[in-house]
Amino acid sequence: MKDVNLENRKFVIASIALVVVVGYIFRLAYLQLGSNEYEDKAKHNAIYNKVLFPSRGAIYDRNGKLLVYNEPAYDVMVITREAKDIDTLELCKALNMTREQFDLRMEEIKDTRKNPAYSSYSQQLFIPQISASDYSVLQEKLFRFKGFYVRERNVRQYKYPNAAHILGDVAEVSQFDIEKDDYYNAGDFIGKQGVERSYEKELRGTKGVEVLLRDARGKIQGRYQNGELDSLPHPGKDITLSIDIELQALGERLMQGKRGSIVAIEPSTGEILCMVSAPTYSPKDLVGKDRGKHIMQMVKNPSRPMLNRAISGTYPPGSTFKPGQALTFLQEHIVTPGTPFPCTGGFRYRNLKVGCHSHPSPITMQPAIATSCNGYFCWGLYHMFNNRSRYATTQEAMTTWKDYMVSMGFGYRLGVDLPGEARGMIPNADYYDKHLKRWNALTVISISIGQGEVTLTPLQIANQGATIANRGHYITPHIVKSIKGGTIADSLKAVHHTKVDPAYYEYIVGGMRSAVLSGTCSGAKNPWYEVCGKTGTAQNRGHDHSAFMGFAPRNNPQIAVAVYVENGGFGAAFGVPIGALIMEQYIRGELSPDSRVRAANIQARSIN
Amino acid sequence: MYQNYQSNKGIFSSLDWITIGLYVILIIWGWFSVCGASYDVSNPNVFGFESNSGKQLVWVGTSMLLAGALLMIEKRFYYNASTFIYVVMMMLLVLTIFIAPDTKGSRSWIPLGPVKLQPAEFAKFSVALAIGKYMDRYGFTLSNMKEFSKVVAMILLPMVLIIAQKETGTALVYLAFFLVLYREGMTGNVLFAGFAFVVYFVVGIKYEADLITDMPVSVGEFTVLWLAYIFTAILMLRYQRKCPYVVHTIVIGIAINLLAYLFSAYVIPFNVCIVQIIVNIGLMCYCASQYLYERHPRHILIMLFALSSTITFFACDYVFNNILRDHQRVRIEVLLGKKEDIRGAGYNVNQAKIAIGSGGFAGKGFLKGTQTKLRYVPEQDTDFIFCTVGEEEGFIGSAGVLLFYLAFIWRLIVLAERQPDTLGRVYGYSLVSIFIFHLFVNVGMVLGLTPVIGIPLPFFSYGGSSLWGFTLLLFIFLRMDAERNLKNK
Repeated sequence: MKDVNLENRKFVIASIALVVVVGYIFRLAYLQLGSNEYEDKAKHNAIYNKVLFPSRGAIYDRNGKLLVYNEPAYDVMVITREAKDIDTLELCKALNMTREQFDLRMEEIKDTRKNPAYSSYSQQLFIPQISASDYSVLQEKLFRFKGFYVRERNVRQYKYPNAAHILGDVAEVSQFDIEKDDYYNAGDFIGKQGVERSYEKELRGTKGVEVLLRDARGKIQGRYQNGELDSLPHPGKDITLSIDIELQALGERLMQGKRGSIVAIEPSTGEILCMVSAPTYSPKDLVGKDRGKHIMQMVKNPSRPMLNRAISGTYPPGSTFKPGQALTFLQEHIVTPGTPFPCTGGFRYRNLKVGCHSHPSPITMQPAIATSCNGYFCWGLYHMFNNRSRYATTQEAMTTWKDYMVSMGFGYRLGVDLPGEARGMIPNADYYDKHLKRWNALTVISISIGQGEVTLTPLQIANQGATIANRGHYITPHIVKSIKGGTIADSLKAVHHTKVDPAYYEYIVGGMRSAVLSGTCSGAKNPWYEVCGKTGTAQNRGHDHSAFMGFAPRNNPQIAVAVYVENGGFGAAFGVPIGALIMEQYIRGELSPDSRVRAANIQARSIN
Repeated sequence: MYQNYQSNKGIFSSLDWITIGLYVILIIWGWFSVCGASYDVSNPNVFGFESNSGKQLVWVGTSMLLAGALLMIEKRFYYNASTFIYVVMMMLLVLTIFIAPDTKGSRSWIPLGPVKLQPAEFAKFSVALAIGKYMDRYGFTLSNMKEFSKVVAMILLPMVLIIAQKETGTALVYLAFFLVLYREGMTGNVLFAGFAFVVYFVVGIKYEADLITDMPVSVGEFTVLWLAYIFTAILMLRYQRKCPYVVHTIVIGIAINLLAYLFSAYVIPFNVCIVQIIVNIGLMCYCASQYLYERHPRHILIMLFALSSTITFFACDYVFNNILRDHQRVRIEVLLGKKEDIRGAGYNVNQAKIAIGSGGFAGKGFLKGTQTKLRYVPEQDTDFIFCTVGEEEGFIGSAGVLLFYLAFIWRLIVLAERQPDTLGRVYGYSLVSIFIFHLFVNVGMVLGLTPVIGIPLPFFSYGGSSLWGFTLLLFIFLRMDAERNLKNK
């Protein structure tokens, strides 16, 4: 019994099959031939990039003494989803913590406000950097604490408690770092300050990777494509600093109980021999689980120990500024070395008076430097700014003056290879036009003696010492002497000539030598080598700052130094003796017994 | 004996080797897919009996033996024994409910030594035989309500028993038999009504919570009521063409609905659905009046359709929230995109999509799929086997599998149509319908188009019961087909 009408229903049934298959083929095309979205998701599922961290480069001082190296530390990690049914009390015991601390930490981890990357499936940092001895205790029991893991990492260790500001520190990357450089992932370490930051790329090396296959339960099932995509980590480069750690340690000792800075530079190379910023701290304070606590303490401390005053602190240079003025006057033919200016207890003009101490008057350049005569330099600036035969306007004179200052390394960053350098302040004509409606030489006269609007960093003061020692040029001061398997930047070897003829510098050197022999710096005199120096006493709202700039020996100088002690009073009080000790330590390699007594005395004197 | 031998010899020459060829291709292709799906990175021996691919090889081998044995059994045997087989299978299904141990919530697996068998997989052929035999009578017609009800009861009985085993997915396969009934003369309106109710359910649930802009009206309810109106109108235009004012009635209904919508949109927002329900009731009254006038049951049937369509939205809601079990509800919600639950219920489907999508055009290569190899896709060698095909063989492979299936189904339709008697044809169409259903649901769920219902992809999914079950189904038919000419002689 064939029914043709019913037989035609086979087409309906066949069409159903056809529609299903064709529909599904379209769906397949949509899923498989569309975007790579699913391919990426599959890779994201199955491929686990196990990062192999390179060891970070070590840091040495100029004499090859090891300063910074790596040591393994152990982070306790937890996968909260797995961490169930464990003996919490025993774990607390193994980790040296109370039950309350344990619960609190767990809550912190799970709080996505405090820990935005939280996932119950992945390892979360439970306790950072437990010591090797704690680890050995924990290791034996770890198998019993399901969901808890230990991640080994290298942390920085320090041979000396010194040079914290120079060395800087290493810590986990911030969100900002990750966004800026895709080399970093959450949890990586990065240099935060000092050389660790400025030489991050050299020190960090290159991460390696093992591309592994991970199954749905998170278990590793072997290598992806037989390890073809794997790469080995390249260790970071070792760095040799230009600092002498003994000199640095002495400097830090001398600055104990004081605020301020010491910077010493080797004039012939621009290498920084020491860079002290006081108060300071031990670099070890920023490692380990108390890092956060120590940072909080320092941030709250009004003396701001984390500030590197040597490059970030800007101070009125006071009389240490005067050699640059004398050089400018000479080069601009405002004075000759024999030009006398009167100084009867200071600079007097109509109602304006800039005080000075007692010395013979009138006075020429070299004795003016030796005695640090204010009157001489005020008159010099006055004559320069009012010299209408050379400069059409005061503004033009001011601009000329500013150009000299800039050529000496003032007013702009020197380009030291450390983060956070300040540029200080050298005012220009525009600045005064804007801030003072009418101004002339008298209005701004105090810039000639390193007061008023002028500020310099201790590094700039030391660099001025190096420039004078070099008789007219300096090399960009820098803290890294060499990189193993690399080179330092060309900008750090650049020679900068000032706008002043080297011949004029001999007059200034002579003046600074007289200051040591018979002037304000007599405390720096010694029987072994010829020191040249210049004191500074910078006026301040509170007690004056004590400053010193000098170099030694006079011929073929080995070291130029700047000392700046906040509220230290006369330059001769702190600046000169500290500068003298630094030079002695560096040139002679040690302190004489007398000097050691003096050093102990200075170390013991605090300034509140 | 001699005659038997003779007929068997003749059988081999008239066997449909195209179908057997497709069967062999699918089964081998399936075995390679099981290799890919069950491949253990740490134990790469695909032939070992400890791996599923090794076991599947045993199932393939035994299936071949089973196929050979089945070809020896004459059609006459099935004709005579179909009722007996049906009764035995039903008793086995009943027995299973009580003796099967609880396996992941289902009581359908009977452990037999080292293997487990699922009677529900084997019951299909008994139903196909039983309804084939029942309908293979002179003068049988499905338009006789009594006969029709008996056939439907024969289909529903195993469904109920399997649902009692908590194997809803397998039970739903028996709905495929309605396609056979359609071929045998059941009115297409049953399929139409089934289709309509699926549409109501999907639309109603998916858009239940969405409101039409600026109106207190649920998009789901509004659309379902419109659809109910339109479907009823289609039936009325087809079957009540000659009744007075039928077109007027329908047009007036549309006009009232539109006016209500415009009033709600521009004058005072109110729940338009109330008007829609009243209009639908109007259509029902029209049908009722025609019944009173003509006394023909078709008016009552249309009225019942309109009634059930109109209350379907609320019924869907009720079924969805009160009758479906939690996991079923969540699966449907995920499917309809109402819920993003990548970690929970949506996990399988999401990972399956990733597996297939990541295969690209040409696939990752045999045994190179990461999604399936690393067990991101659950049930990857059974219900989700198509993922492995998609991942390792890409678009070419997976589209190829579908086309081979299409060819296979097509061939079965040809074979079914050439059967000399109703038993053969009904049995053949049972096969066609079951394969279409499995393909539709299994591949659809892997592609994220149908709900996750745990039924295997024939010849591909790992498992002895399923492979044996489909081989049994197929080779009984191939033997029947081989005898098609003998009977004519």
